[in-house]
Amino acid sequence: MIWQNWLLVMILLSSLVPGLIIFTLAEEQRGWRTILNLSGAITKMVLVLVMILGISHGHSFAVHLVLLPDVELVLRADALSALFVTLSTILWLFTTLYTIAYLEDSPNRSHFFGYFSLCVTVTIGIALAGNLLTFLFFFEMLTLSTYPLVVHRGTAEATAAGRVYLIYTLAGGLLLFLGVVWLHTLAGPVDFSREGVLSPLVASHGQTLRAIFCLLIAGVGVKAALFPLHGWLPRAMVAPAPVSALLHAVAVVKAGAFGIIRIVLDVYGLETTNELDLLRPLTLLAAVTIVYGSIQALKQDNLKRRLAFSTVSQVSYIALGISIGNPLAIMGGMVHLVHQGLMKITLFFCAGNIAETLGIHNISRMNGVGRRLPLTMAAFSLAALGMIGLPPMAGFVTKWYLGIGALAQGQGWIIGVLVLSSLLNAAYFLPILYGAWFKEPAGEWPEDSGMVGPLECHWMLIAPPVITAVASLLVGLLANSNLSPLAWVRFIVSAGYGL
Amino acid sequence: MISTPALVYGLTGLLLFVVGLAGLISCAQLLRKILAANIMASGVFLFLVTIAHGRGIVIDPVPHAMVLTGIVVSVSSTAVALALACRVQETANIHDLRKIRARGDER
Amino acid sequence: MMGLLSVSDCWIIWPVILPLFWALVAFWAKQQPRLPGLLGALVTSLASGALCWKMVRHGAFRYGLGGWYPPLGISLRADGPAVLMVLMTAVTGFAISIYAGGYFQSRIAMGGQGRRQIVQERSFWPLWLLLWAAMNGLFLSADIFNIYVTLELVALSSVGLTALSAKPPSQVAAMRYLLVSLLGSLSFLLGVAFLYKTYGTLDLATIQAALCLSPPVAMAMALISVGLMLKTALFPFHFWLPPAHANALAPVSAILSGLVIKGSWYLFFRFWQGFLPLVGEGGGAFLAALGGAAIIWGAFQAFCQQRLKMLVAYSTVAQVGYLFIIFPLIATGAGQGTSAVFYFAISHSCAKAAMFLAAGTIFVQRGHDRINDLDGVRQVLPITTFAFALGGLSLMGLPPSGGFIAKYMYLSQAFSQAKWWLVLIMVVGSGLTAAYICRAVSHILSAQKGEGRGPVVVAASMEWSALALALVAILLGFIAPVPLALLGVAG
Repeated sequence: MIWQNWLLVMILLSSLVPGLIIFTLAEEQRGWRTILNLSGAITKMVLVLVMILGISHGHSFAVHLVLLPDVELVLRADALSALFVTLSTILWLFTTLYTIAYLEDSPNRSHFFGYFSLCVTVTIGIALAGNLLTFLFFFEMLTLSTYPLVVHRGTAEATAAGRVYLIYTLAGGLLLFLGVVWLHTLAGPVDFSREGVLSPLVASHGQTLRAIFCLLIAGVGVKAALFPLHGWLPRAMVAPAPVSALLHAVAVVKAGAFGIIRIVLDVYGLETTNELDLLRPLTLLAAVTIVYGSIQALKQDNLKRRLAFSTVSQVSYIALGISIGNPLAIMGGMVHLVHQGLMKITLFFCAGNIAETLGIHNISRMNGVGRRLPLTMAAFSLAALGMIGLPPMAGFVTKWYLGIGALAQGQGWIIGVLVLSSLLNAAYFLPILYGAWFKEPAGEWPEDSGMVGPLECHWMLIAPPVITAVASLLVGLLANSNLSPLAWVRFIVSAGYGL
Repeated sequence: MISTPALVYGLTGLLLFVVGLAGLISCAQLLRKILAANIMASGVFLFLVTIAHGRGIVIDPVPHAMVLTGIVVSVSSTAVALALACRVQETANIHDLRKIRARGDER
Repeated sequence: MMGLLSVSDCWIIWPVILPLFWALVAFWAKQQPRLPGLLGALVTSLASGALCWKMVRHGAFRYGLGGWYPPLGISLRADGPAVLMVLMTAVTGFAISIYAGGYFQSRIAMGGQGRRQIVQERSFWPLWLLLWAAMNGLFLSADIFNIYVTLELVALSSVGLTALSAKPPSQVAAMRYLLVSLLGSLSFLLGVAFLYKTYGTLDLATIQAALCLSPPVAMAMALISVGLMLKTALFPFHFWLPPAHANALAPVSAILSGLVIKGSWYLFFRFWQGFLPLVGEGGGAFLAALGGAAIIWGAFQAFCQQRLKMLVAYSTVAQVGYLFIIFPLIATGAGQGTSAVFYFAISHSCAKAAMFLAAGTIFVQRGHDRINDLDGVRQVLPITTFAFALGGLSLMGLPPSGGFIAKYMYLSQAFSQAKWWLVLIMVVGSGLTAAYICRAVSHILSAQKGEGRGPVVVAASMEWSALALALVAILLGFIAPVPLALLGVAG
């Protein structure tokens, strides 16, 4: 094996090894932990950069491990996986920074950071998976490495939420497992790089393929929080803020959405999916989830729960874009992988700051927060406006491509869904912004940390949301430049899928 | 064809096995259970002896060897069973498995 | 078959002779049984490894004891399945031996009831090595009467081990275990008698080749099957297993659950491998139905248990079911059914032993094993907790673990042969397994502080040996082609 192929393994190891070492560290060894975390994150960045350069120069990276006679574990880097890997790597760096400050002086940090690193390793594994089995392999591991994070606080509420989380995700994993094995017995090894393996089977095994598709989508749909499989997500909000950020923006939900992309585009292929009449039901499901999530979000008073339902709604844009089946819409869906990640992680960072600094968890108590935490709220506002889809922010780019894609495909009703969703987004985000900036505080904050001066709280709590917020602005503003996510997605769609 | 005495022997062996089996299952007292297991073993041995006779004119030595070994095994297992029964009686002060069932399982 | 006796062929007897020899040494070295015990374990494991190496290089072979081959002599046979089981016993048994060393050391250091622990250890090592010798003999025997003798030896030594624990329930459980084993062995012996009557030979391979569906053979197979099912604790004959396994000393529980039930199952498999094509669909389906019932009932009972060791014991009842639902899938002889079930057996052996060892460590540290009061074990015993969780991972069949590979093969066989009801059983079984494992693990992993006895120092070897076994179960998730190639060395 030449060095190039080891690159993928090294990308995995760059967070796995620090994670395993961190498990063995004592609680007080804060310095070592920070060094390990950051050096892992930075090493991973460098390696990913090398990988992207390689891919853009036409190199291919792949590693194989034979598990069973015709079952292989394959890691392969293609343009789509590079997108997800980059997103996870960058956001992991910021989340790590944030978490170090956020969890200062709380117990069991070695444990937390250990699982945190495992979780990122597994997410990268999902991104690099080269066939369906490898995807399943890491997908199940993701459940296990995130569970300790969800129950980290150890309260009764957290334990209950963890139980719900496990029930949903393990059941989803089981469905996915069934689908994967069934497909394997029907069609042989299903590799992401070989499209169209299934098209000869459409005539003879149409019903079976449909059943398998339902199993697979239901399996990944649990993590992607597709309606009606989203029940775990709002409950999992009891986890510490960085965990929520990670779950929503990078790891779990995104892994589900990424799985939908892989299944539709790489396993079945657009044409086969369409021949089997499976695209329209998926569109419908995504549209229902978008509207349902937004309406539910409107009803929540707890900030993190509102953000959670917002995630339910926003992640379905990805599924929507893929299922419309038009290159433009697919671009819109894929780019939302990045856009939603940047915006949502900003929102959760800010929610964490507000809770940590002022002890505020509910939207009704947020009046006047903007004056006390101007930087945090500025970042929050940028991200929220992006979510609503205000031009020229990130969310707008997504919605624009989804819209013109839908029109080109003759699915005008989707415009209605998009408009309705934007209105609902505005309805649940704008009151927060208005209250935070323009209303008077109701009185004393529940627990003010009392930090004053140029920075409202620890710099490591401020820098990540500000940077990600600015980034979410820039990816929209500079969408047409050669380095933007949109440009990369265009490259994926044109070069990778020939659409 | 098996001669009549051999048939009687064999059937007696099987009968003993069944009687022993019934005893092992239905008797409550440990000592009786152990005895029942011994009766079962004797039944099997008788059956083996019949087989030795039934194979041609010359008596087959292999089943006899099996019976000899079987007796040794049977004696050892009876010894273990008796020793264990004593232990059960000493520690649990019980010689009836049915009473134990109520006490033992919830522990 | 009557090949010249080469010196290297006699390697096959060392895995049987060596533990026997060291059992005697451990028995005579009254004051210091631990050293000969551990030495015996090491030497036996090495001998097993050597046998495996020998078989891989030269292919499967037979060895007539004392130069006498069948029909007069007793022969041993080393082929893929047998050697794989011997190897499984070596790996699991070695880790358990290391654990046992630390276990008795800790318990004797804790004092408490004085001499009792010393006596326990003095009996443990000879019995355990004797059991090991009998297990290896069982796997390697090619002669069905010899198999009967090894079965009895396995039963007697495991009963002795079960009775070591001084608690009254364990004595009672041992008594019941002994009676069930006796019944099983005698039933087996009568079956052997019927087979000998029909075929005039005791050689397993010869009998297997000649199997037909005549009344005496059917009778023999019924007797043998029932006897072995009793010993394997297949539903509905599982009643004796949970109290016996759960009340024994920690290393003994691991030995019983991880290894001993595999012995009688292995024989069952060997007999049915030849018999299955004769009885058609119905026979396999019947066994699978019992297996399915075991999976669901055992898992449900495991979920309802209040004690950790009881939970793990009922989990064994459930997992035994998986060893039997494979039969309809190997009826055709094609496919990977045999690989699947053997892979399941070896993964289960490592995972289950690791879990029982970890549960034993928790018991020693806490002084109890009530699941609801086990919060916060993680802080005190992080390695043990990790071992328990990894073992559970393999039982649940989640990646990366041997259990995952086995489950994959099972499901893929069920799908390719369109046995939907087996798929359904496995889905329900997986769900229930996940439920009871998560129930236990969520308490152990919990960050809350739980109650327990004061600072008890458990030996490091207890923690690390359990972890090592659990890691083997994980490693089996990556190296499947190697054991499967070993299994494929034909007999």
